Amino acid sequence: MPAFDLQLVVVFIVALLAGALGLAGYLVLSERKIAAWIQDRKGPNRVGPWGLFQPIADGVKMFLKEEVIPAHVDKVFYILAPIVSVSTALLALAVIPFGPTVPPPAPVALAEGSSPAEGLTEFLQRQAEYRQHTSFLLAPGLDIALLYVFSLGSLAVYGVILAGWSSNSKYSLLGCLRASAQIVSYEIPMGLSVLGVILLAGSLNLEKIIDCQTRDGPYWFILFQPLALLLFMLSLYAEDNRLPFDLAEAEQELVGGYHTEYSSMKLGLMLLAEYVHLVISSFLVTVLFLGGWSLFGLENLLGQTPWAAVIKVLVICGKMLFLVFFAQVIRWTIPRFRFDQLMNLAWKVLIPLGLANLFCVMGVLHWGLPWVTLTVTSILLLLGAGYFASRWRGSVSVVRRKVVPLPPGVPPGVTFAPQR
Amino acid sequence: MPIPESEVRWVHPPQLGLWEQLYLPAVVEGLKTTVRHLFSPKITEEYPEQEPKLPPNYRGVHRLNRDEKGRVKCVACYMCATACPAHCIDIVAAPAPPEWQADGREKYPETFVIDELRCIYCGMCEEACPVDAIELTTLYDLTGYTREEMIFDKEKLLSVYDYTVQAGTDPVRTRAGRLGPASEPANTSVPPSPTPSTVARLTIHAPTSSSPSHTQKTTPDIQPPRHAPDH
Repeated sequence: MPAFDLQLVVVFIVALLAGALGLAGYLVLSERKIAAWIQDRKGPNRVGPWGLFQPIADGVKMFLKEEVIPAHVDKVFYILAPIVSVSTALLALAVIPFGPTVPPPAPVALAEGSSPAEGLTEFLQRQAEYRQHTSFLLAPGLDIALLYVFSLGSLAVYGVILAGWSSNSKYSLLGCLRASAQIVSYEIPMGLSVLGVILLAGSLNLEKIIDCQTRDGPYWFILFQPLALLLFMLSLYAEDNRLPFDLAEAEQELVGGYHTEYSSMKLGLMLLAEYVHLVISSFLVTVLFLGGWSLFGLENLLGQTPWAAVIKVLVICGKMLFLVFFAQVIRWTIPRFRFDQLMNLAWKVLIPLGLANLFCVMGVLHWGLPWVTLTVTSILLLLGAGYFASRWRGSVSVVRRKVVPLPPGVPPGVTFAPQR
Repeated sequence: MPIPESEVRWVHPPQLGLWEQLYLPAVVEGLKTTVRHLFSPKITEEYPEQEPKLPPNYRGVHRLNRDEKGRVKCVACYMCATACPAHCIDIVAAPAPPEWQADGREKYPETFVIDELRCIYCGMCEEACPVDAIELTTLYDLTGYTREEMIFDKEKLLSVYDYTVQAGTDPVRTRAGRLGPASEPANTSVPPSPTPSTVARLTIHAPTSSSPSHTQKTTPDIQPPRHAPDH
């Protein structure tokens, strides 16, 4: 096991857990307040000044409510489902950078005449030098960080499935089937859209991706992969069951969806998992596309002082909060997708566009074209998709079928006449 | 029955152009609306710091009006009790005291009880009263600890009158009453109709902040007049 500083890790764990859980509580308040402001009313403002103690009141309520386990549920999975949801959400916090980071060293390339021992000493030297810097990450140097986050997102589907299946009620079952189908379908565009970024940066490591964007200037990946950003954000909203993709938990449709039968702390944990997912998604978008902790180079003004670290933490958290608030405003902007429209969007629109984007990135890297070509191709892809959709008779979800004239002798209105 | 082909109309969803098929311009338009509402003034009325502004014909708690001599206007004709759909008004009529009889008052309500919990606040009693004795005020926050204390008797109803006239929220509404000496003529600027009205007083029960004299409770029906008639 590589050496790590136990104290620092414990401090980071406590800070991350406290920060994420506290932030999730206050994001509930911000969701309600933003929803209220958009609807021309004030949100909760009674509990504290501007309602700031409302999350505490909600938390106390969740703790003090009676723990009801209905008799008709499958007890083991009923209790396991929120555990799975919350633990997968919180585990993903381990690789999310929330402050200044230093990229881990590249693998050592053995030269022609040198022995493996020399290579090993070189490797250990580089690792030691890397350990000198404090990266604001719980698990620095994990080369498969992004894959780890995506796999935890896939495991989170189990929480939904177990919740719906064990609840033994028709609303929960339908909700969980829809939600799991939705989550699984949108995993693919989620991965495809960031493959371009991964290829450009050359690594799955989030610190290296930030470094690639900040090394030679503010070359944030949003400039080169705007289409990928759009696809990624859509997939993230669908993964998190947020509007406009929240059919699985829409009250108008399914009472509560897969968390109908849940109450008090179990429900609290599942809602918490949703908000932690939102926080992680916003962090990912910040790191992958918006340059992480960089602010157009201004953060280098303070050099290596601790104040620079504070500024960088504030910058990355500020960007993350902006994206969270954007998600909360989008919720009240776009009407909800119907389930077949949702699935069609994933499979017929996002995956082809993601693949086309990937091919563009591969082409640019293979022939060494300047990266600004990618911006042009992204815009062209979007316009091309729009043009193709506008010329195509019918739409993605309503396929236009050819009107077959009925054979003579068959009365009109018959739909399944044998075609001879 | 089979439908003839000529009567079938095929309806298709409208064909979207390139601009609409991108969906992003529409999302941006939506975001503009949403963000505009985010920063626009809010219409929430924060109770109890801000009380609602009620229209003057609001149907709240009842009151029994007094005439200019401070006596209860009601003549115990039972019109309101008959009109009430919820049967919540209970009146016991009695001959008026002798000093009232001189003014032409024959009957007066010995007891006048309204069960405010049964009442549906429809206002039929107010519409039925010929002498503008019973009215519904703008008091909406009526609460009580027991069911018994929500059964208002005459004293309570008259005290509601005293409270609202003092508070100035509910001017007494009249319908230019010409029926009986206990009602009052119109006090609006409409010229009076050519009926011979001996009661040519332009007494306006306008809310003034005169001295509160509701402390004496010995004879709650009769109160000294609190404001001189103003012409």
